[in-house]
Amino acid sequence: MADAIDPATRFAKTDFVIRKERIQAISKALFLIMVVIMIIPLLSIIAYLVYHAMPSLNWEFLIEAPKKGMSEGGIWPAFVGTLYLVVISLAIAAPIGVFAAIYLNEYAKENWFNRIIHLAVINLAGVPSIVHALFGLGAFVYAAQFGYSIISASLTLAIMTLPVIIASTREALASVPASFREACWNVGATRWQTIRAIVLPNSISGILTGIILQVSRAAGETAPIMFTGAVFYKAVARGELFPYYLNEQCMALSMHLYTISTQVPNVKESIPYATAVVLLCSVLVVNASAIALRVWLRNHKKW
Amino acid sequence: MNKEVNTDIVRPKQIPRRAFAAIAGEKLIELIIRLSGVSAIIFVLAIFFFVFREALPIFFSDHFDLFKFLFNTQWYPTSAVNVRYGTFALTVGSISITFLAMLIAVPFGLGSAIYISEFCGPKQKESLKIIIELLAAIPSVVWGFIGLTVMSRMIISITGAPVGVNLLNGGIILALMSVPIIVSISEDALKAVPDSYREAALALGATRWQIVYRVLLPAAKNGLLAAVLLGVGRAVGETMAVLMATGHAVQIPHGLLDSVRTLTANIAAELGEASVGSDHYHVLFLTGVLLFLLTFAVNLTADFVIRGIRRK
Amino acid sequence: MEQTTNTIEIEDLRLAYGVKEVLHGVTLNIHRNEIFSIIGPAKSGKTSFLRCLNRTIDFISQATVSGTIRVDGEDILRLKDIYHLRRKIGMVAPLPVGLPLSIFDNVAFAPRCAGLTQKTDLAEIVERCLKQAALWDEVKDRLNTLGTALSGGQQQRLTIARALSHQPEILCLDEFSIAIDPVTTMRIEDVLKELRKEITIILVTNLTQQARRLADRTMFLLNGDCIEIDRTEIIFSDTPGNRKTYEYVNGIFG
Repeated sequence: MADAIDPATRFAKTDFVIRKERIQAISKALFLIMVVIMIIPLLSIIAYLVYHAMPSLNWEFLIEAPKKGMSEGGIWPAFVGTLYLVVISLAIAAPIGVFAAIYLNEYAKENWFNRIIHLAVINLAGVPSIVHALFGLGAFVYAAQFGYSIISASLTLAIMTLPVIIASTREALASVPASFREACWNVGATRWQTIRAIVLPNSISGILTGIILQVSRAAGETAPIMFTGAVFYKAVARGELFPYYLNEQCMALSMHLYTISTQVPNVKESIPYATAVVLLCSVLVVNASAIALRVWLRNHKKW
Repeated sequence: MNKEVNTDIVRPKQIPRRAFAAIAGEKLIELIIRLSGVSAIIFVLAIFFFVFREALPIFFSDHFDLFKFLFNTQWYPTSAVNVRYGTFALTVGSISITFLAMLIAVPFGLGSAIYISEFCGPKQKESLKIIIELLAAIPSVVWGFIGLTVMSRMIISITGAPVGVNLLNGGIILALMSVPIIVSISEDALKAVPDSYREAALALGATRWQIVYRVLLPAAKNGLLAAVLLGVGRAVGETMAVLMATGHAVQIPHGLLDSVRTLTANIAAELGEASVGSDHYHVLFLTGVLLFLLTFAVNLTADFVIRGIRRK
Repeated sequence: MEQTTNTIEIEDLRLAYGVKEVLHGVTLNIHRNEIFSIIGPAKSGKTSFLRCLNRTIDFISQATVSGTIRVDGEDILRLKDIYHLRRKIGMVAPLPVGLPLSIFDNVAFAPRCAGLTQKTDLAEIVERCLKQAALWDEVKDRLNTLGTALSGGQQQRLTIARALSHQPEILCLDEFSIAIDPVTTMRIEDVLKELRKEITIILVTNLTQQARRLADRTMFLLNGDCIEIDRTEIIFSDTPGNRKTYEYVNGIFG
């Protein structure tokens, strides 16, 4: 009876537990440091870019055309060119991608053929951007005889963004519970009626988010458009909204940044930085809005 | 209880058959859906076909030898007297820079994924995931620009190297680019481990770290491997960033501070100069075929690894 | 009540998922305007049986069906217009599924899919079905609110209303009471007794007492085999045709 365990020490930590907890604390700190090491320099790099870009960052820079062999002036033609490429490529890729995802998620049964489609999508996503450029050059510029043009570049970009749109759309479709589909089939709805009435309305937000995310990807790509339709310089009036025809070449922000930072001598120092910041900010703003949309929708789910 | 239910009107009038136009419209849209579904296969085949078609004439050229193309280090595509198309130095450039990038990115990527998935609270998790997603969105040309300016200056001032654009620079830039993809895929893999595993381990008195080390890593092994493979695929295929950040020397690097050139950057740098239809032009397309096959293999492997988990 | 006309005739129905056979040759007839209940432990193939009836089994890859199922004399396994068939057979799933549409649209969904567009006709159908499902009084003032916002029991009655909305001749209920409280269950049972005057009801249930209360005839299904089909009184008597039936309904099943 005298050996009854003292309540104070009964649940006290043993050395083993203390050591275990120390390892846990250390490991947590270690992983946290990894995260911090990854993020802090990036934020400082972005701050550095913005700092160097400050002298040029103003409204005029955005809507002005480049001057003096691109060593001064603004980025308007490139900015508009990027808009052209993004809008046209997504107008092509989005419907095909969404329909393809509907096929894969709603129609395809599990068999070898659909397995091949699945593999094709994965591989299409993994094809290097420069190979897309070669393809665009061989297929659209020469074989289809679209020449070096906005249409060639947009088609190339469209095929590049397609697999990612398929993947994100599939994810959105798959998030609609299977019981909804079964309920529809049970009352005699066809597959398409089910998709249109229930599946699409409840996944459209996820689909849109995925497409918006591709806006930033299409805007940032350089290699695929470099040899299919983007050009070093094109004379465009200040602030002109529709300066290009579809069979013409255009300037693009990403290409412009590459050109002025590597090819053009004596560029005013802040201009490449400002171009990089404009490109970066447009991409981040688009992405952030897509993420905000997603968060908002998650809080407004219907079921 | 339900006396007011009037069951006399069960079948007031027959529901009509659907209009012919509605049925035809539905058939049409289903046809479009099926065609779009097949489009991915068509595009992959088309990419291979068109790139290979432009590469084909090189096999009939006197200056070309497939063995030398793969294993010779000399790349003099524009030499007037002695044209050489050896891509070995470029391949080594691609491999070394990918290896260096993965050496940096894999530990950080996996570590961050583990932290995000296992150690932090929901709020922190949410914001970290958003940051990771935003990092993934930074265009490669901007990364290249960062390498060209910020990173290059830092390397010069720290190591005293004469040029800042080199293997080290490209490797770091590529690592920073690959981290987000590795983080997000490994995080998915960790998330796929059932919570019951964690709960069972916690109930046995394991600490978080023990759970990670003894339960999660073995269980999520394949997913993590796939994440690394996809990171490799992305790094091998990256073009603009390495074009701008690695310098331009076609050589087998002997140290971190040597300039290198990769297969991708080589195409981007020279395609503009090569006159259409020349041997040089065709060789660049053949390099493209090589890259296509390389990434094809990496992605297929990653997919099989991922499917391996699903089977279990 | 002597009803001898068969509405469903099933001969040697076999169903396999891949290589695993889950129904081993079921043969039965279901009479018009009866309540036919199917009892049996879990994994006996009860739900799969219903899936065969309205051909939603088609959506499950690797499922192969053989044998014949005749609904009103038509062999449905070789049928082209399966949508017409599904409209003829109402189906209520175990868990209530309110579609993420308004209550009105939930019920009007099936007629709309069938091609009915007249607003007044739709309103009439919605009101009738909701009344039949004993839900009208609770929701008549908020037909435009989301169906998913209703409580579980209300959603189940909404599901029944939806199953009635395409004017089925046969109504299948798959363990409809597992997600709702006893009071609502009793209300729905009353509804079923009323509906029985007009349509045939197939009731799959885990609650043997529910089958006993409602059904005219009962089938005992065990691991894909039909053990016994007979009048409910006989199944639940002390001397059913098969000893296993007695053991199951009296809870001494081992």
